[in-house]
Amino acid sequence: MIELDDIDRQILRALARDAGQSAGALGRDLGLSQPATWRRIRRLTDAGVIRGKRVRLNAERLGFGVTVFLGVKLARKGQVTLEDFERAMSAIPEVQTVEHVLGVYDFRLRVVARDLADFERVLRRRIMALPGAGEVEANVLLSEERRPGPLG
Amino acid sequence: MLDDTDRRILRQYQAEPGAPVADLAARAGVTPSTWGRRLERMERAGVIEGLEAVIDWRALGYEITVSLRFTLDKTVPRAFEDFLEAARAIPEVLELQTFVGRVDVRLLLLARDMGHYQRLYREKILTLPHIVDIDALMHIAQIKNEDRLPL
Repeated sequence: MIELDDIDRQILRALARDAGQSAGALGRDLGLSQPATWRRIRRLTDAGVIRGKRVRLNAERLGFGVTVFLGVKLARKGQVTLEDFERAMSAIPEVQTVEHVLGVYDFRLRVVARDLADFERVLRRRIMALPGAGEVEANVLLSEERRPGPLG
Repeated sequence: MLDDTDRRILRQYQAEPGAPVADLAARAGVTPSTWGRRLERMERAGVIEGLEAVIDWRALGYEITVSLRFTLDKTVPRAFEDFLEAARAIPEVLELQTFVGRVDVRLLLLARDMGHYQRLYREKILTLPHIVDIDALMHIAQIKNEDRLPL
């Protein structure tokens, strides 16, 4: 496992906020030269710590007014293979994330929709219609905050 | 506000934000200068909020990810504010969400291993204010994580 120092952690925090900035600009903020910053970013990327980049879009401005977190139970285990169920759920465009979990549910899903009526359509026609889909719990997202995580 | 060209650009951009602009513009069927101009306009309009690095916490030694789902005591006027403020102070909390539904608040918690999780749970989570009920979903496998919008 890769060892991080304080500067690595500052770089990760800064890139998690804004991955569009150049190594030069980032280095200036941290008192590092451009090549030194670039080498550190390269090392973090090679070690798999930085996995890639993600665009943050404003869902509401793009017409997706509703985000729902779903807990889904498999109806009768064994009847449908997990792989089939996972593949079918992942193929639904409105489903952003699918996670296999241990607990009161078997899967947790993050679903976006235009509005509640659209969500109901996705839930009834696409998710609950899947062979193997059992009990479902829906919680409609009100607010969301992402934190930098344990980076010093 | 957005036209088909904007949507095509956003689709390509969110699919592979790190790819060279010339490639992305070609995939969207526009010139690089149109690409740049449209992205800038969508940034100004707040449609594109930013670009962030994705951190793989496993590569940093965090093997455990848990969704903790809370019901709070809504008879307390500041239950949500107090709870969220205290939860923000826990460095291992990666996400905080509030909901309408059976669950009031969800925290996404990272831990190095089961021992670390148990310590965090006892010392930091159970001591959060105004909790009525908690359940935990332990993440086993990420099947799909695109965080993309179906444009």
